[in-house]
Amino acid sequence: MRHQMTMDREFLLPASRRFILASFIAAVLLEWLPWHGMALVLRPDFVGLMLLYWCTHKPHRVGIGIGWMLGIFVDVADASLFGQHALAYSVLAFGGLALNRRVQMFSLKEQSVHVFVLLLASYAVYALVHWQVLGYVEWSYFLGSLTSALLWAPLTLLIQTLRRPRRNPNEL
Amino acid sequence: MALEDTRTLRFFNRGPSAVARLVFFSVLSLLLLFVDARYQYLESARQVISIIIYPFQRLTALPGEMWDGANAFISLQSHLVADNAQLHLRHDADSAQLKQMETVLSENAQLRALLEIKQRAEYSVQAAQIVYLERDIFKRKLFVDAGEQNGVQAGRAVVDNSGVVGQVTRTYPYLSEVTLVTDKDNVVPVQLVRTGLRAAVFGSGNISELELRYQPVDVDIQVGDELVTSGMDGTYPPALPVAKVIRVERDPAYPFARIACVPLAGVDRHRTLLIVSGVPTLPPRPAAGDAHGTAVPGKKTPRRGTP
Repeated sequence: MRHQMTMDREFLLPASRRFILASFIAAVLLEWLPWHGMALVLRPDFVGLMLLYWCTHKPHRVGIGIGWMLGIFVDVADASLFGQHALAYSVLAFGGLALNRRVQMFSLKEQSVHVFVLLLASYAVYALVHWQVLGYVEWSYFLGSLTSALLWAPLTLLIQTLRRPRRNPNEL
Repeated sequence: MALEDTRTLRFFNRGPSAVARLVFFSVLSLLLLFVDARYQYLESARQVISIIIYPFQRLTALPGEMWDGANAFISLQSHLVADNAQLHLRHDADSAQLKQMETVLSENAQLRALLEIKQRAEYSVQAAQIVYLERDIFKRKLFVDAGEQNGVQAGRAVVDNSGVVGQVTRTYPYLSEVTLVTDKDNVVPVQLVRTGLRAAVFGSGNISELELRYQPVDVDIQVGDELVTSGMDGTYPPALPVAKVIRVERDPAYPFARIACVPLAGVDRHRTLLIVSGVPTLPPRPAAGDAHGTAVPGKKTPRRGTP
């Protein structure tokens, strides 16, 4: 019961607009680091994860529209087709919103499994578009969804810690 | 503690439902995808957004640059001296060869003049730093820090000191996108150094492999043969090393031999690339002189793949 209480409270932690923006910028910067070779194949989708986090935790603030805009920026930076990431992130954000009510009941491990399915769907959308336009798919691309899902728990813990208000050390 | 978000999701009065928004944005994305894949209308929007995100992109390249800078700063004096000595030796050897090369060049020019072949114009190169490598495993692309502002145009060839790297496929104000020769189905017209055979190598999508397609099973190609650009498409200057044959499979069951090559340019070894500019537009019909390997009129020239 106590566990449930703390979980609930975690979800009610405040998040300022500035904090959300900063977290997205951090995710984008991580994603744009010069990954190469095997690291590139295994690179987690930081932007997608961050989007999913905010969609499940603050659905009033971050939704499909913001996911779509992020996708457009990533499209330009990655020189992919306009709308390719945007479509994938819209789907991901929708999944996050749908998961919002349920995810509060689950432990981090169970959440990770849900997140993996959602990420897989978003990766599939991206690959599908690529296949339709350019005619081939690299299957190793999907490995990224697995590493992203594994990163869900650490990422959640990190952001929860950052969101927790600082205690006054003089407080009883 | 802020309380504005503690209420549950309001089911009314919160605008369009999530499904409606998903449909709206999906349709918008698909529309953009369609327009971008078929037409070129969105290039200006891409340019504008690229300027907005340019500072962030440079920021991500910063750790690598700082690492390099720090390495250079703390590298030992003895290393530098040894390096310097080696480079001096190399320079001496090279300059001796260059002297020979000059003699050969002048001789060649003389012979060309005798045979009335048009001179190949000199081309100039422009150095550019790799800002970052490909970030999408589907594509073999990288970005360099010279863009429209530096006079780079799409279609320019990009080389390094050991061979052809690729081609500029899109330019932004401060960046250029370079598609590597190993990009899937990218075509480079080449010539075999040993036999003079003209062919085309295709990118395989794998960073360390190229394919030499459409050669008959009994073609005279051996493992270790070097391929250089033939210069026949006017994109790549002639005689730049491209690849080396590493595997030849001759299976009579197939109409063509399967020939794999490894690209010679080391994209992952250098930070600096050279963008070739001023490659002469080829004359519509070259003068006589087939024996020298110039283009034969009417022969189908492999065109470079569109990005």
